[in-house]
Amino acid sequence: MNALRSAAALACMMLFLAAPLALGGEAAPVGEDPQIEQRMVNLATDLRCLVCQNESLAGSHAELAEDLRKEIRALMKAGKSDKEVIEYLTTRYGDFVLYRPPFKPITYLLWLGPLLFLGLGSGFWYVTLKKRRALKDTPVDEKQLAAAAQLLDEKQ
Amino acid sequence: MIPELGHFALIVALLLAITQSILPLYGAQKGNVILMSVARPAAQGQFVFVAIAFGCLAYSFLTNDFSVENVARNSFSQLPKVYRFTATWGSHEGSMLLWALILAVWTTAVSVFSRHLPDDMVARVIGIMGLVSTGFLTFLLTTSNPFLRLLPAAAEGRDLNPLLQDPGMVIHPPMLYMGYVGFSVAFAFAIAALLSGRMDAAWARWSRPWTTVAWAFLSFGIALGSWWAYNELGWGGWWFWDPTENASFMPWLAGTALIHSLAVTEKRGAFKAWTVLLAITAFSLSLLGTFLVRSGVLSSVHAFATDPARGAFILSFLVVVIGGSLALFAWRAPKMLTGGRFNWFSREALLLSNNVVLLAALGSVLLGTLYPLLMDALGMGKISVGPPYFNAVFVPVMVPALFLMGIGPLTRWKGDSLPDMAARLKWALAVSVATGFLLPMTLKGFNPWATLGIALAVWIALSVLIGFRERLMHTQGGLLRRLGNLPRGFWGMQLAHFGIALGVAGITLVANYQTERDVRMNVGDHTELAGYTFTFQGTTEHPGPNYRAARGTIEVSRGGAKLFDLHPEKRIYNAAGMPMTEAAINYSFTRDVYVALGEPLDDNATTWVVRIFHKPFINWIWIGALFLAVGGFMAASDRRYRIAVKAIAPANAAVQGA
Amino acid sequence: MKRWLPLIVFAVLVGFFAKGLFLNPREVPSPFIGKAAPAFTLPLVGAADKNFSPADMKGKVWLLNVWAPWCVSCRQEHPVLMQIAQDGRVPIVGLNWKDKDREADALLNKAGSPYTSVPDDLSGMVGIDYGVTGTPETYVIDQSGIIRMKHVGPIDPDVWKDKIEPKLKELGA
Repeated sequence: MNALRSAAALACMMLFLAAPLALGGEAAPVGEDPQIEQRMVNLATDLRCLVCQNESLAGSHAELAEDLRKEIRALMKAGKSDKEVIEYLTTRYGDFVLYRPPFKPITYLLWLGPLLFLGLGSGFWYVTLKKRRALKDTPVDEKQLAAAAQLLDEKQ
Repeated sequence: MIPELGHFALIVALLLAITQSILPLYGAQKGNVILMSVARPAAQGQFVFVAIAFGCLAYSFLTNDFSVENVARNSFSQLPKVYRFTATWGSHEGSMLLWALILAVWTTAVSVFSRHLPDDMVARVIGIMGLVSTGFLTFLLTTSNPFLRLLPAAAEGRDLNPLLQDPGMVIHPPMLYMGYVGFSVAFAFAIAALLSGRMDAAWARWSRPWTTVAWAFLSFGIALGSWWAYNELGWGGWWFWDPTENASFMPWLAGTALIHSLAVTEKRGAFKAWTVLLAITAFSLSLLGTFLVRSGVLSSVHAFATDPARGAFILSFLVVVIGGSLALFAWRAPKMLTGGRFNWFSREALLLSNNVVLLAALGSVLLGTLYPLLMDALGMGKISVGPPYFNAVFVPVMVPALFLMGIGPLTRWKGDSLPDMAARLKWALAVSVATGFLLPMTLKGFNPWATLGIALAVWIALSVLIGFRERLMHTQGGLLRRLGNLPRGFWGMQLAHFGIALGVAGITLVANYQTERDVRMNVGDHTELAGYTFTFQGTTEHPGPNYRAARGTIEVSRGGAKLFDLHPEKRIYNAAGMPMTEAAINYSFTRDVYVALGEPLDDNATTWVVRIFHKPFINWIWIGALFLAVGGFMAASDRRYRIAVKAIAPANAAVQGA
Repeated sequence: MKRWLPLIVFAVLVGFFAKGLFLNPREVPSPFIGKAAPAFTLPLVGAADKNFSPADMKGKVWLLNVWAPWCVSCRQEHPVLMQIAQDGRVPIVGLNWKDKDREADALLNKAGSPYTSVPDDLSGMVGIDYGVTGTPETYVIDQSGIIRMKHVGPIDPDVWKDKIEPKLKELGA
């Protein structure tokens, strides 16, 4: 009786230990701190990977990108704001690393250009419409009307 | 032997292209019927020889002829047969040959389907296309010969870039080129109009179906490229505003403005100068795209091996073609008579505003794409212009066009009543705005961007339905019969606009409501996203025809019940040892579940970084694009473009005499 | 007259494109030109008890060559650097970047070292501080510790003759 009980107890214990191994655990998020991770990914999506140059820093698999992502996480953990992190990177790599061009005198044309195009287009639209309204209707020639009617009849 | 045959065929093709250009153009200028009649046979002959050349290159790839340098650089003996075929256009040289082939196809199509056009117009159109062919064939033969031999022959090829070993490669470049190159027809018609000094509504009717078909192909090609990138690249996105993507999108924007401008020119004889300029612009942007991607001037993931010498050739070609046509435009444009009058509130006015917005959008994309080059060329340093810029700028600019899309198709030509229109649309407006506000509120709370996108999508969709209802109101018979009797031009427009509504809805919903999870998974670990549970079952070794893969198994379940398995892969290709991520996607009408493997975190590859996405309604984007393309093809097949030849013959004779 | 506008816009663009053919869009210019070389202190390869710091080089014009044993292009420039070192033209400090397999010491012993010092940047953080994106990259630093030039890529005889030598002369070295 005792032996059976011990065996049962042992079996239970083993099952108890084995169960988590069989079920697996909740997968751990890649970043240690999900909030920092989210902030880092959001920021890095708008940054350029300097190695491949046509991927964002968030998506690139290059080693330098990994290093920079680690560094950004560390800076954020140390309490740096997004702006300070960006400054850290642009001090070292220049504005080239930003996919969102800064709003500076040399990029005024870039950021204001679309507005300018819409404005010019609207102006053009206005002027054209004014001219069109002022046109007189062309009077229709009786003979042309008759010819048109004939053509339409032919098509039936 | 075969490569030399191909090379020879290209030379013959070039000679025929020169013949096809000079003789008919001169003949049209002088009214010489014999010279003009050279156009069709020359074009068809050119097609035969370009096809032979293409066939020779394809043959070399299919038979693994590594004595041809192009094959050695871009193929691999273990490459599956279909990808050996597509590798024919996987390189700069091969893709240029494809360009030349498709140009020859379009020219032949024009030569066949133009019996109802006046001889001088046909001669000019084919002649101008011949000039473009001459340029491309010369470029091929002088700087980009695909038939160069590699002696001694390589034992093995360097393999096609793994990213290109995908079904998308089979169809995306040909469709895209059908679009780009197809705009050469609209371009040729425009130049022909400028040269002849004749541009009437009949001209618009002739060129419109060609332009619409090219545009439909381009729409399809771009959508395919985007879907392919989504499937293949493993980063979960579908549009990156990369210079090459922009290079295809800009001709599309110009082409869209063009088909709408052609509508006004055909129906009302107005906007002639606009239409000609847009036709020149659309094709010029196609050519510009070719330049940007091959010259090394811009850095792009898509760029071919860059070569400034080739870049210089293409640039010179651009100067001749684009510069020449714009100069011709400046000289001859005033000779075109303006069309009739129209009011502030009329379909013409709304189409004009549509064009203004599309061109502003086009200008913005061009500005953003070229700005880094501008800054660098002026010595002002290097900056990057990426998705944050384009998304911030493009969306607001397009909003007016999307709003007007709901009104324009319902507006009368020449003049309509604004109060009447308001009455017709007031319920649609109310429903759109209400849906726009309520849907985000029930999902995750107030979201202005989602509101805007959803409201616009509903607005356009409702307008399409109202269009059908109003059009059917005065007809008799059963519903299906009445719908069937509506002209294809009308159906095409409705389908295309509805496609835009679907696309806008898809983009808005996926951009605002997609969710993602990046986790470290051990065998047996699970995680949750959007109500689904993902359990990692580990990886197995999985050899492919020309790669080795670690194939993961992720079981996806909901509420304890298993739904499906996903098998993302991490591949290493044999030839170059290049690693690649192959995402696994479960598609559905309402959402995609997307899983990709990151890096293995330990040496025996039992722990992996896994990226999981839930993308609601993302397939609406591509379904919308499909509607767009189908709508275009449908509109181009409208009955009025296929009127029997004999009814037109008397009118044709009258024009000839003029 | 506005009908000439499209042609004029196109002509302007062509000008930029022509200029663009001579530029390299992938080259990232250094924001450090004219600024002080970032300070650091790193142990030396093969002599971890000793340190190197840019301040050690004050008063001299010197080259900071960022390299790694796993870097193929660095092998290409190695003979050129050896020649410069033999001529004694200018001291070269070799920053050993991300040498995870610890191969630098053995490699330099075998192939010869053109470097006066070899600081060991195992983590790559000093490289990041200098805006390094790959190897090899070489900085020309003047007597007051200001970075005057950066060259990305291996140094070949042409680069030395046309780019670096003139700069050294300009700085009085």
